Amino acid sequence: MTGGSESERVDVAVIGGGPAGLAAATSLCESGLGKVVVLEREPELGGIPRHARHQGFGLRDLHRSLSGPRYATRWVELAASAGADLRTETQVTGWTDTGALELTSPRGRSLLEAHAVVLATGCRERPRAARLVPGSRPDGVLTTGALQQLVYRHGASPGRRAVVVGAEHVSFSALLTLSHGGARAVAMVTEHPRHQTVAAFRAGARLRFRTLLLTRTALTRILGRARVEEVELTDLDTGEARRITCDLVVFTADWIPDHELAVLAGAALDPGTRGPAVDAAFHTTRPGLFAAGNVLHGAETADIAALSGRAAAESVVRFLDGDPWPGFRVSIECEEPLHWIAPNSIVAPGSGVSSPFRLRALEIVRSRELEISQDGRMLWHGRVKRLMPGRSARLPGGWTALVDAGGGRVVVRVA
Amino acid sequence: MSGVFGYDVAIVGAGNVGAAIARELARFELRVAVIEAGRDVGAGTSKANTAILHTAYDAKPGTIEARLVARGYSLLAGYADEVGIPLERTGALLVAWDDGQLARLPAVAQRAGQNGYGRTRPVGVDELYAKEPHLGPGAVGALEIPDEHIVCPFTPVLAFATQAVLAGVDLRRNERVVEMERVDGGWRLETSRGSIKAHWIVNAAGLHSDEVNQLAGHDEFTVTPRRGELIVFDKLSRPLVRHVILPVPTETTKGVLVAPTVFGNVVLGPTAVDVEHKDDTSSTTEGLAYLQEQGQRILPELMAHEVTAAYVGLRAATENSDYQLLTDAERQYVCAGGIRSTGLTSSMAIAEHVRDELGDAGLALREKPTGLPVVRMPSIGEAQLRPFADSARIASDPEYGRVVCFCERVTRGEIRDTSRSPIPPTDLDGLRRRTRALMGRCQGFFCRASVAATLADQGGLDSAGLQGQAS
Repeated sequence: MTGGSESERVDVAVIGGGPAGLAAATSLCESGLGKVVVLEREPELGGIPRHARHQGFGLRDLHRSLSGPRYATRWVELAASAGADLRTETQVTGWTDTGALELTSPRGRSLLEAHAVVLATGCRERPRAARLVPGSRPDGVLTTGALQQLVYRHGASPGRRAVVVGAEHVSFSALLTLSHGGARAVAMVTEHPRHQTVAAFRAGARLRFRTLLLTRTALTRILGRARVEEVELTDLDTGEARRITCDLVVFTADWIPDHELAVLAGAALDPGTRGPAVDAAFHTTRPGLFAAGNVLHGAETADIAALSGRAAAESVVRFLDGDPWPGFRVSIECEEPLHWIAPNSIVAPGSGVSSPFRLRALEIVRSRELEISQDGRMLWHGRVKRLMPGRSARLPGGWTALVDAGGGRVVVRVA
Repeated sequence: MSGVFGYDVAIVGAGNVGAAIARELARFELRVAVIEAGRDVGAGTSKANTAILHTAYDAKPGTIEARLVARGYSLLAGYADEVGIPLERTGALLVAWDDGQLARLPAVAQRAGQNGYGRTRPVGVDELYAKEPHLGPGAVGALEIPDEHIVCPFTPVLAFATQAVLAGVDLRRNERVVEMERVDGGWRLETSRGSIKAHWIVNAAGLHSDEVNQLAGHDEFTVTPRRGELIVFDKLSRPLVRHVILPVPTETTKGVLVAPTVFGNVVLGPTAVDVEHKDDTSSTTEGLAYLQEQGQRILPELMAHEVTAAYVGLRAATENSDYQLLTDAERQYVCAGGIRSTGLTSSMAIAEHVRDELGDAGLALREKPTGLPVVRMPSIGEAQLRPFADSARIASDPEYGRVVCFCERVTRGEIRDTSRSPIPPTDLDGLRRRTRALMGRCQGFFCRASVAATLADQGGLDSAGLQGQAS
């Protein structure tokens, strides 16, 4: 920090003005808390839904179906009318040694001290580089996030012939965006044996966009000088490689939470989700720091993120009322082919909220039988709806009462 | 005679070497052009280097390279302070991983001494792990090279070129030299944009320096591009490493290093593979796998971090083991070709050398009374006070408080400033090298569209082209 910074004190600072952050702030204000501030780094609140034009937002939280932008606007209105102090163009760049937030905005460089902080910074798709896809580095390589902003916010036409990497919900949303941007998705590739979205999306994609779905296929090389010219696709079963002509590659899904501020705060990350490790009441390992929404794990839909923010707010209120920060905790770990579970730690059994767990796998797993154990002792055995990447299974939380608070880690595995 | 000649000196190539020469010649009453085939300065072999300020500890003794790297080191270190080039004085540790390598360290120290560098120091294994606690297991000792530092790979060439342009040098981007013909008193160059006459030609064409050499009627060397792949890791890995971690060089290769970058990342690389084509900047499955394997041994915890970028540089290697500095006074031609990865460090010394060669050959060097214009480059180094963190700066202009690239914390004010600078960016890559925008972990997921729109708006550039739209 340089001199001249001003310090301000508030009750709760919510970092991130997307669905989770706005929902948390709304609930916090409705609980009668004094000063709740939402810090959004973009010029506009609302988060990722602003960039998605399809309907279906708001089903679980607002009990209606809205377009992404309408949904985002609705949450901004709710938070504003609840009395939250909504600040845009305000980026949290770090923490001081004493735990204050360092802010940059056009109004200046400043410090903000809060009794509690809710981290709601969301997640992003891993870009091409993070996936270490070899080849040249031409123009025309995007993530869904960048694609949606180009098409919906800047009216750009991103290309003509696209190859989409991934076959999750968001990948099908990319197909729609491509079509709105005047591009045709010639192929969608996934390393898994089938897509990971609902059948209706897949059927729609086939009929509407005539996109070829290539399963058990990896994109292994990008070719082109100034602009993408071709991609190399490799069949994972035969090892056979072939090339497809295209001028655009969209990397979808493969989520990574935007966890920088959690790491800078010294909060532990969960090895599976790569988001901050939390218990069922959204406590991170740093006292006073809560986390909610998609910063906790790969993307869930916006309404689920909002519900997470709302639930986290209840915990924040209890903490500000004097509930102690949980000290010792038992971690929950997944064994492969499971990918992650959230929440991923348990504090004193029976205390706090007992919310359901969400669980994802690294691949499409045939068996849906799971077992949960601690130090060789079975805590739960049962069946979940699905085990795959991109879509979560829900796991009931009743077994947490059986956890030995003094015992070792809890392990979740496919039976 | 000079009436028909537009320029006294035409420099072919605006990489580190060409730009440094242009800056050096800008001190004198000369009409100088720099002709660059690419869209930007420093956009060829210069842009992808390991960003190390070399002491010349490992250069081949007695070579021109050894001498110019040593001289260039002190010139560039001083210049970095003067104009604000990001430079962090980290020092290096050359780590031995087995007894055979340990036995070679004295020879490395001896060679450094022959190159005039006497500050190397043996480091025992305990001290090594105390200095670098995250180093992989199995190291047996090291040699400290306390003056081997990290430097910004992009700012030096921009600083040289900016200063040259402000001093009146004519920077001609997007212009390729296709033919060179001797005429009475100098040369006529046919370019992709027309015809230029200059008394002297300086060849600083990097990867293409052999081709320009041939256009000038010479044939002393051939450039074989040597591919170097590098992986850049997320900033959150920066606390893992304090020094440049070097391997013990062998006869055939300098090996793979791990180093912090001035942007706060950690870089792993490079590979070294000769390739056929001078534009083959493709990364490979094998290269990336090899780097990961090396990284796993050198700094295992690094491999758990996210990769921010993977890129490829091509070094202008030749069949000769030294820089190709040639002067043909009669034909008014100077060649500064075959400059390899050390060229970032040596560029200012090469410029001095070329200046002296030109002077000795009869070019009148009359110093301008004004000297070179003062320049101050943007603070893009992690160790510098960056605009987003500068209260006074934001107070004087709120645009420095408007962050547009969130991962790298680049502000709208900085994009505006670079758009109005003497050598504005013409594309997103140019913007990246000048400001760090889009260089971070999200690679544009959050901000690509708005960064491009800001650049288009501020720089008066074609928005569709910048947005990466299909033409």
